[in-house]
Amino acid sequence: MILSKRLSNALPAAVAGACLLLVPTLSGAADPHSRATRNYDTYCVQCHGLERNGQGVNSASMSVQPRDHTDAKGMADIPDQELFDAIKEGGLAVNKSVLMPVWGNVLSEEEIKEMVAYLRHVCEC
Amino acid sequence: MKLSTAAIAALSLVASASEFAQDGRAIVESQCIACHAVTKPDKPGLDHIWQRKGPDLHYAGSKFTEAWLASWLAAPTRIRAGGELYTKYLKPTEAEDAIDESKLEPHPQLSSADAQAAASYLMTLKAADGSVEAGAFKGAAVSPTMGAMFFNKLRGCGACHSAKPGSGGSSGPELHTASERLQPDFIYSYIKNPQAFDPGVWMPRLTLSEPDLQRLTGYIVQLNGKVATP
Repeated sequence: MILSKRLSNALPAAVAGACLLLVPTLSGAADPHSRATRNYDTYCVQCHGLERNGQGVNSASMSVQPRDHTDAKGMADIPDQELFDAIKEGGLAVNKSVLMPVWGNVLSEEEIKEMVAYLRHVCEC
Repeated sequence: MKLSTAAIAALSLVASASEFAQDGRAIVESQCIACHAVTKPDKPGLDHIWQRKGPDLHYAGSKFTEAWLASWLAAPTRIRAGGELYTKYLKPTEAEDAIDESKLEPHPQLSSADAQAAASYLMTLKAADGSVEAGAFKGAAVSPTMGAMFFNKLRGCGACHSAKPGSGGSSGPELHTASERLQPDFIYSYIKNPQAFDPGVWMPRLTLSEPDLQRLTGYIVQLNGKVATP
């Protein structure tokens, strides 16, 4: 009885303590892809799609299907440097379509590196 | 005597034009600023791009034609098929993403008089010196076939913009009405560097040569069938 009372007294304190511990943990563990995700949602979704599968709203009228970023096999074949170059210099720089434009005048090199890491996260490859 | 009467008449005309623009300012500041920036944002960039509900108007006088503004504000139609910002108005489907029409609201409509007054005021809002290059577009006619090839295949503009009703991409504004809406030098300057006008906007700054810029501007200006004029 005493033990259970002690427990019942201790439990709220323990929960409160756990919450205190959790709060900084949650806010401290920011999504490492948050900036790349917003950049993707701004610049890439128009062709590569909300679901990152190459089915963007513009893709219906495009002569070349945008890359499906969820295609683990297809994406695994592309080295990080090629992804970086395609984003920075456009599709032509990596012998792909001109419909992939040059983003190096909009995104910084750091943002492009983050985007490459985000694409690896999306394709799980 | 005649001279002084004429002078008084001229002064009253100036005064009424100024009053007209003042009315337009009141209309714009009461009805437009919830969705449009009519002064340059303190912190331009991606946060602003995501927060705004319509394109910035702080350089409207360097962008639009007054006649189009006045007629459009009295009878608005949708220019941006995907809305602003397009991502907010998309929904995934089994195939390509689609525009969720239920989320898009029609633009408010003004009376003809208010539309004209608002247009007059908006035309006083100019871009920063030098951002629109006066006389940049030389007005040379462009072969429609060559222009279309550049617009679609060689520079990829058609991926995001519609050059004729019912075709082309929808994340950017339609361009078959561009010559009615926009000043040719603005079209040239915006293509050259969209990010200078709209920092963070989802239109990239391509690496375009001077002939490219002339050709694309000329093609866009001609899209409604009229001959290009500088």
